[in-house]
This record gives sequence, C-alpha cells and structure tokens, in this order.
Amino acid sequence: MTDLLIKLIPLFPLLAVILNGFLGKRYSHETAHRLAWGSVGLSFLSTIAVFVDILRTGKSYEVIAYQWIFGGDLTINLAYLVDPLTCIMLLVVTGVGLLIHIYSVGYMHGESGFTRFFTYMNLFMVSMLLLVMGNNYVVLFIGWEGVGLCSYLLIGYYYDKVSAAKAASKAFVVNRIGDAGFLLAIFLIFVNFKTLDYTKVFAQIGLLSPEMATAIALCLLVGAVGKSAQIPLYTWLPDAMEGPTPVSALIHAATMVTAGVYMIVRNHVIFDSSPTAMAIVGTIGGITALFAATIGLVQTDIKRVLAYSTVSQLGYMFLGCGIGAYTAAIFHLMTHAFFKALLFLTAGSVIHALSGEQDIRKMGGLSSKIPWTHRLFLIGTIAIAGIPPLAGFWSKDEILAHAFTHHHYLLYGMAALGALLTSFYMFRLMYLTFYGTSRMDHHTEEHVHESPMVMVGPLMVLGVLSILGGFLGFPPEQGWLHQFLEPVAGLGGEHAVSTGLVLTLMMVATGIALLGWALAHYFYSVNLSAPDRLAKQFKAAYTTLLNKYYIDELYDLIWVEPTKTLGRWLDWFDRFVIDGLVHAVAQLADLVAAASTWAEKYVIYGGLNAIGYGNHLAARQWRQLQSGMVHHYAAVIVAGIFLLAVIVQLIMQL
Amino acid sequence: MIPLSAYVAVSAALFITGLLGVLIRRNFIIVLMSVEIMLNAANINLIAFSHYLESMAGQMVALFIIAIAAGEAAIGLAIIIVVFRGKISTNVDEMNFLKW
Repeated sequence: MTDLLIKLIPLFPLLAVILNGFLGKRYSHETAHRLAWGSVGLSFLSTIAVFVDILRTGKSYEVIAYQWIFGGDLTINLAYLVDPLTCIMLLVVTGVGLLIHIYSVGYMHGESGFTRFFTYMNLFMVSMLLLVMGNNYVVLFIGWEGVGLCSYLLIGYYYDKVSAAKAASKAFVVNRIGDAGFLLAIFLIFVNFKTLDYTKVFAQIGLLSPEMATAIALCLLVGAVGKSAQIPLYTWLPDAMEGPTPVSALIHAATMVTAGVYMIVRNHVIFDSSPTAMAIVGTIGGITALFAATIGLVQTDIKRVLAYSTVSQLGYMFLGCGIGAYTAAIFHLMTHAFFKALLFLTAGSVIHALSGEQDIRKMGGLSSKIPWTHRLFLIGTIAIAGIPPLAGFWSKDEILAHAFTHHHYLLYGMAALGALLTSFYMFRLMYLTFYGTSRMDHHTEEHVHESPMVMVGPLMVLGVLSILGGFLGFPPEQGWLHQFLEPVAGLGGEHAVSTGLVLTLMMVATGIALLGWALAHYFYSVNLSAPDRLAKQFKAAYTTLLNKYYIDELYDLIWVEPTKTLGRWLDWFDRFVIDGLVHAVAQLADLVAAASTWAEKYVIYGGLNAIGYGNHLAARQWRQLQSGMVHHYAAVIVAGIFLLAVIVQLIMQL
Repeated sequence: MIPLSAYVAVSAALFITGLLGVLIRRNFIIVLMSVEIMLNAANINLIAFSHYLESMAGQMVALFIIAIAAGEAAIGLAIIIVVFRGKISTNVDEMNFLKW
C-alpha cells in the first residue's frame, strides 16, 4: 500500500502535465488550474499517508518503480527512497507547492499562457519530487536538471520581455556550471563504488581515501553552490525575479534552491569524511549569508530584497551543513520555505494591489489599505528576522548556537552580523512598503485593493506555519524534528552544552534581531533623513552595495566578454576558413558538374538525338505507304500475289 | 460436254472483272458488289474442279463461301451505312481514315 502511494506521488503531477500540456487548449482555464492544483493536492495527501506510515513504523522504504538501465557493473533503477529526510522534503515540497498553486490561480488570473504556466509548475513539481525521492544519483540528477529546466522556462515566462529572456538564459548557464561539477561527482562516485545507489555508496564509505572523499565532496559542493545560489554562483537568483511571483516563491525560495542543501545533507556521510570540504562548505555559507545580506540593505525592488535575503538564508543552511548541524540546516530549510514563501506571496499580493509596481520607493502607507497582506507580511518579517517565538528564530538560532558551541567563532560572528542585517533590511522593507506616507502616484493609489480570497487563503495557512513551524524543533536540539531525522542526519555533535549557555545565546540572537528592528525603526520611521545622509556620507560604500559589489560586471569582464570574443573569433574562423574550404570544394564540384553537363548535352544527347532523328525521317517516308485507302491496299495485295506467282513460276522452272 | 478450261476461263474472267471493280470503282457499294463477283468466281472454280475431280470437298467449300459472302455483305453494308452517316458519301477515296 505504502509502496503504491510512493509511486503515485510524482505520477499525479505528471498526469496533469500531460493533460494540460497536450490538451490544455481544448478546455477552459478553470479545468486547467483545477487539474494542476488538484494533482499536487493528491500528491500532498499521498505524502501525508506515507508520512504517517513512516512515523508509526519508523522504517524507510525503497521502492523500484521501473528497472531502467542494467548491464555490466551498472544498474540504475527509477527507484525511490523514502526515509525521514525525504519525508520532510516531500511535505515541504508538496505542501508549500499546493498552497502556491492555489495562490497562483488568483495571481495569474487573466494572464495569457495561463495553462502553460500551470503545466510548467506541475512539471517542476514532478522534477522536484524525483529529486528528493530518488534512491540513486541518476534519479537525483534527472530531477536536478528537470527543476533547472522548469526554472528556466518559468523565469522566461514573459518571454517577450528581453530582461526576462536574458535572466532565464543566465540562470540556465550559471546552473550548468554547477551541474558540470555535480556530474563529475557522480562519475567519481561510480568509479570508486561501482554503484550509484545511496545506501550502497554510504555503506562502503570506509573504503574511500580522504583525498578522494574531498574530491567527491567538492564536486558535489560545486553542484550545490550552483543550484542553491551561493558564492560564487549566486548571481542568477536575483535576476530570476523576472519570473512571476509564485514562481519566485515556489522555485526560487521554497524548494528548488534548497535542493543543494538537501543534496549535502543526503550525502553528509561523504562530507563527514572530509574535514576540508566541510570547512569550505561552512565558509561559503557564512560568507554568502553576510555578503548577500549587505546587498539586501540598499536594494529598492521588493522582490530583489527578498531574493538577496533568500541567498543569505541559504547561506545559513550551508553554514549549518558545514559545521555538521544537518538537522538544523533541514530545520531552517523547512521554516525558510514557510516564511519565505509567505513573504514572496505577500510581496506578490502587494505588487498585485499596486498594478505591477515593484519599487519600494514608490510605495508606503499601505498597511490600512491592504490589511491582511500587511499582517501576513509582518508575520513573515518577524519570522525571518528571528524574533521568538516565530519559526525563523528557532531554526536560525540553532545554527548560530551550534556554530558557537562547536567553536566556529568566526562563522558565528559572520552569521550573527548577517542576522542583524537581515532583521534590519526586512524591517526596512516593512516600513518603506506599509508605513509612513504614501509615495504612490495618484493613478496607482486609486486602484489599490486587497487580493481575492484564493490568494489570501494560502497566505493565512503559510502565516500559521510561519508562526508555529518553529515548534517542530522545540526544545532546541531535542525537538520532534531532531528525533525524526536522527536515523538519517544524526544528532549533530554530542556536546554536553549547559542550558545556561543555550539560553544566553538565544537571548543574544533575540537581542540582535530586536536591534535590527530598532535601527530600521529609527532610520525609516523616526529620522527619515538619516538614510540619505548616511548614503551621502559613505557614498563609495553605498554605490558599491547598490551595484551589488559590481559582481555581475566583474563576471561579465572575466567570463562573459572573453567568451563572446572567443565566440566571435570562432565565428570568423567558421565563416572564412571552414566555410572557405567548403566553398572551394563546392566550386570544384560545380566545375566538374558543368563539364559533365556539357558532355551529356552535346555528346550523349547528340548521339541519341541523331539516332532518333534518323528514325523520324525514315518513318516520315515509310508512312506515306499507309494511305488509309482500301483500294490502295488491295492493289498492293494484288501486286504482291502477282509477284509471288511470278517468283513461284520462276522457281518451278529451275 | 463443256471442257474444264471453259469453266476456268469464265471463272478467271469473272475474277478479273471483280478485281478491277474493287481497284478502280469509287463507289463503296459497287466495290462490295465486285468483291461478291470475285467470291462467285472462286465458287465456279471450286465447283468445276469438284466435278472434274469427282470430289465433294470443293462443293462443301463453295457452300461455306456462300455463307461467308452473305455475312460479309451484311457487315459490309452495315459499315457503309455507318460511314455514310458520318460523311454523307460512299466515295472510297474520301475514306482514308485507316491510317496512323
């Protein structure tokens, strides 16, 4: 029963993809969206059934859906592994996915390509489910590429917009770099273990030399860094905000970008055997968390602020992985999925209310006009800022505490500073959007309206999850989630930490978050001229941040432009050298053909025509004989008989 | 008793008459009649030799020829009528459509 349910989970959305993709034009938008979210709903229900089963029996399932490739050493099945880790991922993916699908029905209402949108969204669900459910690296990779493809398709949803098309290509190309690393890791794993199944690989981990473990872990890390938008491959994520807002929420905040974290936790056995790789993971996470937060301080596009905050939060998860706090990383992944989906969707609601305006400099004073959106955005903000008892506090504090108690003081410092900045820029967003005086133009202001129930409903569910989600991991390090994930991720360090230290760290974290709030309140509510004055005073720093440290420009200079130059040079080579050769050969063939045409025309055809014409002339003479008059023929017959008689006579006489 | 040569002479004379009629006359009906004369010349010849050789085979063939002549006359007249309907003429010289 559970086996069947597991097989069904990715099949429901796949069915919707097939129906909507091939027949979607034949029926109404209502049917299309019902199919889309209905299929995700069914997946969600199946997931819950599987989850309850695993919760009760405590065992994990390996189900072979289809025997795919076999021969020699290689056996690859389309098989699923459902253990507690997969379960949590499945619940997040299908649960948050379902809410966002329902929200999209309202948000995308009236868009052209409505059915296309839901087809891509469902295809994304299929890929993401394969990604988290696969029991071997190949299925993981299929899902990995599938979500990349859907990300590309959905970022470029408004494909007639140049910036969207460019952002889509950028996301695709940058992800390709990561995927190349991931592919190398898969090759290395196969060479070393002669198998690609997780369980078999992890069982043989002891045979791996430390150097090889480091190599594999680093290759995996390259893949994770690409997909989860960490330094140095994070540049695609902010641009990915060109896609519709539900896409940003589902793919570029809640699920796809966390695939890297999931992959590292899934492969934590490999990472555990390489301290070097672990240190690099942690450092990348810490730097990204702080770096992205600083950029988020000055951005003016509501979705871009959230995008940088996503990069930053993913940095926390990487940091958690790097210090061995896998459960905490997954915990943060889960709570982040709740509150970041909430934030993106409420941001979508704000954009919806303002008829497409995304610039926070042109907002303000919205709290009374769209009260539900305001309340829910506030919940999301408090959750991400890390103020207890909302979800973000518990998970983020656990990563911070783990860093501190395991003596990663530098990482702790970076993460704590990042948390301060996070709190600051989120409340800055809050104040600029919802409080103060309105800076909207008159026309937009008249049309401000609260979103319909189909949008607000899912937001409320996410709001509740953002408030209560943190208690799944309460009390810290011994919560329900930790015990549930213990068979997969381990309990992290076995350090006996005094309760006093834990409480102190919690208080510090809360203090940091509140300090961020207070700063934001001072700058954007009390002393409104302060931000501009500061910007003037630290002009160099301000412009650097506003231009995102010129990283995009740097990459353009180092990679994109040289590649383009190389492309132009190859184009020239192709045009003049290769095409030249080809043209020369073609001309030669042309000449030969012309010669043989001449020979055929005048020699062969001439001969044939001469024969034909000869026959023609002869025939013209001969046909005079056939006059068509009976008595001529009779005369010929008579003459013939006469001649015959004479001949016979002559012969007889001989 | 009339000698055989006399019969053969009459037969030859009739046959030449018929042949000349076929070759020279321009009216299709007369051409047809000339053919009949030629056939009858052959009949006289056959019967004369039959009598002379005291064999009945010649007379048998003569009877066959009479039957065939009747059929031929019928078909010939039918052809003449068809052609006449199309051409309003029984002139043989105008009937040159037996070529290519």
